[in-house]
Amino acid sequence: MNPVRLTLLAAAAVAAILYAADRRRPRLAGRYARLMVLVFLAAAFLAPFAWITCAAFKDRRALMEYTFLPPLSAWRETINLGNFRKLFEPRTSLQGTIVFWQYLLNSLFLSSAATVIQVFFCSLGGYALAKFRFPGRRTLMLFMAGSLMLPSMLFLAPTYDMLVHIGWIDSYAALLVPSAANAFGIFLFRQAMLSVPNSLIEAARVDGASEFHIYSRIVMPLVQPMTAAFCLIVFMGQWNTFLGPQVFIQSDYKLTVPIILSQYVSQFQEEYGMFLAGTFLSILPIAALFLTLQKEFISELTTSAPRG
Amino acid sequence: MRAADNLPVPRRRRSPTPRWAPYLFVAPYIAVTLAFFAYPFAHAIELAFYQTAGPNARVWVGMGNFRYILSDPDFRTALYNTAVFSVAGTAIMLPASLGLALVLNSGRGRARAWFRLFFFSPSVVGQIFVGIIFAVVLAPDYGLLNRFLQALVGWGLETRWLENSATVMPAIIITNLWLYAGFNMIYFLAALQNVDQNLIEAARIDGAGRWRVFRHITLPAIRPVAIFVLLISTIGSFQLFELPYALMRGTTSPNGPNNSALFIVGYLYDAAYSIGDLGLASAVGWVLALIMLTVSLIQIRLTGASND
Repeated sequence: MNPVRLTLLAAAAVAAILYAADRRRPRLAGRYARLMVLVFLAAAFLAPFAWITCAAFKDRRALMEYTFLPPLSAWRETINLGNFRKLFEPRTSLQGTIVFWQYLLNSLFLSSAATVIQVFFCSLGGYALAKFRFPGRRTLMLFMAGSLMLPSMLFLAPTYDMLVHIGWIDSYAALLVPSAANAFGIFLFRQAMLSVPNSLIEAARVDGASEFHIYSRIVMPLVQPMTAAFCLIVFMGQWNTFLGPQVFIQSDYKLTVPIILSQYVSQFQEEYGMFLAGTFLSILPIAALFLTLQKEFISELTTSAPRG
Repeated sequence: MRAADNLPVPRRRRSPTPRWAPYLFVAPYIAVTLAFFAYPFAHAIELAFYQTAGPNARVWVGMGNFRYILSDPDFRTALYNTAVFSVAGTAIMLPASLGLALVLNSGRGRARAWFRLFFFSPSVVGQIFVGIIFAVVLAPDYGLLNRFLQALVGWGLETRWLENSATVMPAIIITNLWLYAGFNMIYFLAALQNVDQNLIEAARIDGAGRWRVFRHITLPAIRPVAIFVLLISTIGSFQLFELPYALMRGTTSPNGPNNSALFIVGYLYDAAYSIGDLGLASAVGWVLALIMLTVSLIQIRLTGASND
């Protein structure tokens, strides 16, 4: 009898006992069954995370031998930082030696820069659409909605061609500028700013506050949950993004984490431990950020859906 | 909002709203959009009629690219795989994410927030990272999935999911389900919380069973959200690229055995990046945009979303 079958059997047995004991009002049994379903589903969703965490610290033989962690008595020989040591070994490239830190720093820089830039320009646009009536506003919003329908891949080839001709290939500007102010972010901020009372804005205007001051000191503090959610969306998106850096960046020392890891997978096919350790490290910052901001993120996410 | 907000502001006291302010606020969006959306869009039309060798050499081929695409057996395979993934993936995704939401919605309290977090957490991890992890999770002998199957039903330890053209698609669908079921669940969860509880109470008192309440009250109430999730899942599945790319990186055939992991965007990527034909890639982009538009319109028609 293996542990998987044993667990399932035990859970079913407890359910049967509860159901038999509480026949008239099978409420307890029902509640228990629901909890078990939730627990098994959660196990299915979390198992790959647990598995990769273990795999990052296991040496090659232990990876083959034990599904998760080896028994404590075998930790000495099997659990170590060997995979990380191998990952951080200096590697030679056309532009000299590079250590994995470089890619982590590149990703960190790009994601932070994208976040600052997009939060600023998208919130500005969102404020204009939420709180001003101006000629061209409706047209602009229709255009923005339409632009979101087109597949981004349509733009890959023409954008590449254009970036070559303006000399932006291999520059981070190619990754940061095109998305600096985007329709998606502007719509999110517009939605949040609609609920800012007009009287506050009017009052500030009467007091002689400048338009930028109203935006930065009155409106922005009131939409902080959306700002937090949007920071996470942008940071995550940029951290995880693959196509832009893969196609527009050429120098090895400018690459980001997803690109280099996907290269390692085909380059060091047998070194599972090494690229799993790299993947583990690359998920950590995203996980930390998500756990900090998850409440805002999940609640703001649903504002983009129709009301059910 | 307070009632006073709705009263007209007395004329004399009204401060002039600067006419230029909203235009200045949307100016960054307009500038970026003209340069990196409108121009590439027009350029994509032009490029689609050329054959290019990289960005600097091109010849006019008229409709040649489109003729080539439509007669290329590889494109047909890509189209077929994309259609299968889109239909099968969405057909599994919708009930799965609704099911997760239903199980969660019936519980309450702090435990619910935890389970919501667990189910949602995979969707913050980028497709490249997930692909790398699942390539190993799906590996024969030591992979997590096969070990689980072995323990549960006693077979399957040797299954080479990614090296057999019959199992590649199920593997991609399973991975995609793990990745996004919790994301779509959030939309259903929000919709379920807006279902009129009084209506459900009334139906219960009238003797309606659980299934009838679900079928006649809950389901109609969450319909708009279900259609929304259907639309975004379909649009997303037509643009599938990074997940199969990373999954297949470590295998001997990057597009899967017999091109079983070749999707439309992968075909486009190969055209642009491996072949270097930006014209062909643009033409594929237009075919993709056309297909997505057609499918979305058909879905909106069939589901009657435009009436909601």
